[in-house]
Amino acid sequence: MKVKNGCAMCESKFSGYNDEHRVLKPLIRKNGNLVKASMKEAVEKAAKILAEANYPILYGWSSTSCEATRVGLELTEEVGGVIDNTAVVCHGPSLLSVQELGIPSCTLGQIRHRADLIIYWGSDPWSAHPRHIERYTAFSDGRFERSMWRGYLNKVKALIGRKKVESALRRLSLKKETEGSSASKSKVCPTISKVGRKLIVIDVRRTKTAEMADYFIQVEPNKDYELLQAFRTLIRDQEIDVDEVAGVPIEYLEEVADAMVRCSFGALFFGLGLTMSKGKLRNIDAALSLMRDLNMCTKFIIMPMRGHFNVTGANTVSTWQSGYPYAVDFSLGYPRYNPGETTVVDILLRKESDAALVVASDPVASFPRKAVEHLVENPLVVIDPHMNATAQMADVVFPSAFVGIEAEGTAYRMDHVPLPLKRVVAAPSGVLQDEEILWRILSKVRKIKKTEKTEEL
Amino acid sequence: MKENAKLKVTLVTGRTIDQGVGKERGKASKEYAESVSVCYLDPDDLRRLGIKENTNVLVSTEHGTIVVKALKSLRAPHPNIIFIPYGPWANAVADPETNSIGMPSFKGIPAEIEPAADKLVLSLKELLKTQFGGRLTSQ
Amino acid sequence: MELLIKNGFVYDPLNGVKGEKMDIAIRDGKIVDKVNERKARKIDACWMVVMAGGVDIHSHIAGSKVNAGRLLRPEDHFKDFEGKTPVTRSGVGHSIPSTFTTGYRYARMGYTTVMDPAMPPLEAKHTHEEFNDIPIIDKASYPLLGDWWFVLEYLKEGRIEECARYVAWMITSTKGYAIKIVNPGGLEAWGFGHNVRSLDDQVPFFCVTPREIIRGLCKVNRLLNLPHTIHVHTNNLGRPGNYLTALETMKSVEDLATDDNPVIHITHCQFCAFKGDDWRTLESGAEEIANYVNSHSHVTLDMGQVIFTDTTTMTADGPFQYTLHELSGNKWVNHDVETETSAGIVPFRYRRKSYANAIQWSIGLELALLIEDPWRIFLTTDHPNGGPFTSYPKIITWLMSKKAREKALKRINARARSRSLLPSIDRELSLYEVAVVTRAGQAKALGLKNKGHLGVGADADIAIYNLNPEKTDPSRKFKAVRRAFKQAAYTIKGGKIVVKGGEVLEHVVGSTMWLDVHSSEPARITDEMKRRFKEYWTVEYENYPVTENYIEVSNPITVKARV
Repeated sequence: MKVKNGCAMCESKFSGYNDEHRVLKPLIRKNGNLVKASMKEAVEKAAKILAEANYPILYGWSSTSCEATRVGLELTEEVGGVIDNTAVVCHGPSLLSVQELGIPSCTLGQIRHRADLIIYWGSDPWSAHPRHIERYTAFSDGRFERSMWRGYLNKVKALIGRKKVESALRRLSLKKETEGSSASKSKVCPTISKVGRKLIVIDVRRTKTAEMADYFIQVEPNKDYELLQAFRTLIRDQEIDVDEVAGVPIEYLEEVADAMVRCSFGALFFGLGLTMSKGKLRNIDAALSLMRDLNMCTKFIIMPMRGHFNVTGANTVSTWQSGYPYAVDFSLGYPRYNPGETTVVDILLRKESDAALVVASDPVASFPRKAVEHLVENPLVVIDPHMNATAQMADVVFPSAFVGIEAEGTAYRMDHVPLPLKRVVAAPSGVLQDEEILWRILSKVRKIKKTEKTEEL
Repeated sequence: MKENAKLKVTLVTGRTIDQGVGKERGKASKEYAESVSVCYLDPDDLRRLGIKENTNVLVSTEHGTIVVKALKSLRAPHPNIIFIPYGPWANAVADPETNSIGMPSFKGIPAEIEPAADKLVLSLKELLKTQFGGRLTSQ
Repeated sequence: MELLIKNGFVYDPLNGVKGEKMDIAIRDGKIVDKVNERKARKIDACWMVVMAGGVDIHSHIAGSKVNAGRLLRPEDHFKDFEGKTPVTRSGVGHSIPSTFTTGYRYARMGYTTVMDPAMPPLEAKHTHEEFNDIPIIDKASYPLLGDWWFVLEYLKEGRIEECARYVAWMITSTKGYAIKIVNPGGLEAWGFGHNVRSLDDQVPFFCVTPREIIRGLCKVNRLLNLPHTIHVHTNNLGRPGNYLTALETMKSVEDLATDDNPVIHITHCQFCAFKGDDWRTLESGAEEIANYVNSHSHVTLDMGQVIFTDTTTMTADGPFQYTLHELSGNKWVNHDVETETSAGIVPFRYRRKSYANAIQWSIGLELALLIEDPWRIFLTTDHPNGGPFTSYPKIITWLMSKKAREKALKRINARARSRSLLPSIDRELSLYEVAVVTRAGQAKALGLKNKGHLGVGADADIAIYNLNPEKTDPSRKFKAVRRAFKQAAYTIKGGKIVVKGGEVLEHVVGSTMWLDVHSSEPARITDEMKRRFKEYWTVEYENYPVTENYIEVSNPITVKARV
């Protein structure tokens, strides 16, 4: 089987989907070990765990279809638990900020067609969204703007040429090697003056994306908030009294602020560099406020770089059914939302949940150790194609089909465009879709509750 | 080699392309473990610790310790900043504090790093056992 | 399954029934001539009003921007929620209810058909997915086409027939119901942060004018034989003085009317009936608009009534929403959709004591009362822009009772009160006219043959209200009227009793209506779309159309185009 046109992660997913780490049969933990079981047994045990729990958490959802998440919400409502998705450790803070300030945004095609200034802040698309730049931003062709790929190639050639000359001169001992690589900040502040698309990267390290940029600003860790506020000051034509902010000399900031104000259509993409470092949602607040300021003088949009392929879908479905994008608590019979209280990480840290269902995610690998401790101390049901870290610690494991390879479904792109995912190959025999597994668990839970009610009477 | 060389650094965790590729392969895979049980350091920091890349180091924070393999960062210069890709190794030392909004502190964590050539990097199974082993539910 | 509604006072304007005591017979989800009285299940509607289920021609209930509104406003949800019951799902929301709650609340008021008026074609699947989670009511949606690049390009060249074929493709592919136009030309200009100010402004880069877009799509609408007219949100919405734009818009297609039937629907007209130069000198332009509408038969309108409450504005009019954000300082969401359209959301509170808001409140009612023909002005709030749809019963009382209006007038800003035309208007709508503006007229304007009436063959969507027209004078006892319309005694959908006394009895799934437009040369159009797709959009052609699996209960209506 060959994968064409896919990025590295896509290729890995498609070529490796059926390798040895695949779960093929339902598993139940007996005497400390996970052993094969029938689907019926597994469903019964999982349903029993959820129906009997006082405060179960149902987590994940970001790597499965919207259709599965719909069932997940119904199940959570039925068992009176909390449903949360991976946004809680990803762009949850961004959602919180949006709820405070709103967000000027658009679909990715608008950027491809119109943007002449693109900024990546705390985000490294080269590593995390490999096709982003060539499909939608700096290296894409739109109706009103051309790709800057050729310019970048020329720059790289010139750089290579310069490096060769410098090394030749060094060998002739006519020139001392300058400190650091030649790609480091020059002493004279460079200008962003060329026409066409411009790419600016702001990050704590010179990422691969930064290498492609026309301008790179290296911000000190945990200082993004100050930098954002500095930009807001400059855009409003106010003076800054200090010589540098967050480790960056003011002249560089003035250059970037100037480019922001002069552009016809700017786009700021931000990643976990902002949501996870000190300040968290306050960083996003500052970024969104910067957008409000910029939209007074030009057209600027902002977009979070989402992680899992359907975290946007999970947020979207959760919002239309319950009113809230994540951390939804159904324990009182209606949707309640209070991040910090109803977010799964906090629930685990406070040791409040007493059972968990994890679908399409791996919190044992992605949550801090202290939160994982409570997760694995209680009954744990996992639905996943792979034997991931969470599945290894579970009490019940359901094998599931890969959405987009073995199962159909809908996913929402990071700009909220819904896309249908196709079924390309059949799932291994006996392996069902998440949606189907969840339905069976839900039906069983309802039967258990009905029996309990009849017994009570 | 300096004895007891220790550096105070800031720990940043995040995505890498290899971690992304490894994760799609499956968390139990060798590729995944190799992509996330590492720590990228600025070449100057490697020199100050007196070690070469591909040797093991011990990273400690207020929340835990972990042994990972030190690699030279191609994204230098970033003195005193170390980078561990997302995963269970990073989470052994990440800060669970959510500041009441649900998001733990995965970036910008004060940490210390020292050479640990005599210590081994655990496999995923071993890591899970050490951290949660005695706590598995059995019903 | 047979059902017989006995002894009710039936108001069925489409069939000329004006409150006669009649039985309504239902079998297999349709209204029939008669049923076996002994075997049928009976509802005793004695001393009650029986009408067709309500029809809402313009209400933002589903899709990308509605959901962005839900996300934006958790504070809208905290105080207003509904718990799970053995029959119903839980939900939240005052101005932007979650999907299940939306369906239940409409049904409780006796409404059974609701049209979502703004679907961005690229995100059509989202609208349909939400539709599947809105129970009981039948739904349809209007794709936004007024700024679609294909439309702008073909209309610039004057190629109406070719434009029509692409519009046909788009309506069918997005499973839509009508051509929606919002601030024509303005949304494309907003792509770079600009707007258009008059019907003859050139749209940047495309060199076509709003007038050409409106006229062009009006002709396209006729060529395609669509059941509804073009549905237009005018340029300059929300700007003092914009009543002139509204008049010009209506005039711009006057010559395209070939008979007495409407060719244009101006939506939420209150928002484009502003006279005056600025917010301080704001006045009502309702009289001028009413005069025009009274003497021209080619226009229908809906009110867009304002309610004094905290609500959420959301339209595809990106530039207008930005202006509202600047004016109010409230949080603002913007979402431009490539190649097609835009959207904006801003929470807003209408205040009685605010001069401008009070004038707006008066304008909506003035329009409804000054336009003589109830078949041409419909009751809406442009939910949630003017207010939540749950306020319809209140609006009904304002239309039916001068006393109710006076009571409200007493509390509004004094200067606005002195300017309002309402004190000089004595007209009070009758129950028959209310049936027109809340169902019959809306269904007729939409071309929905089986909705909005109780004749044989109609869908058995019926509302029974606890109101005795022989005993209760709606003009004086408006509180009783409000109570009656707020909570239907019975709501019947497709022949099933789904709501009784405000309680939802059954979570049935409503259907999604859409047009299957048959035009000539569909194969050539499809090939052309495939060829040019990548130039315009960032998704693959195959992934764009809404396939049938996205619609849980599909109700396609075949339309044979003349092109």
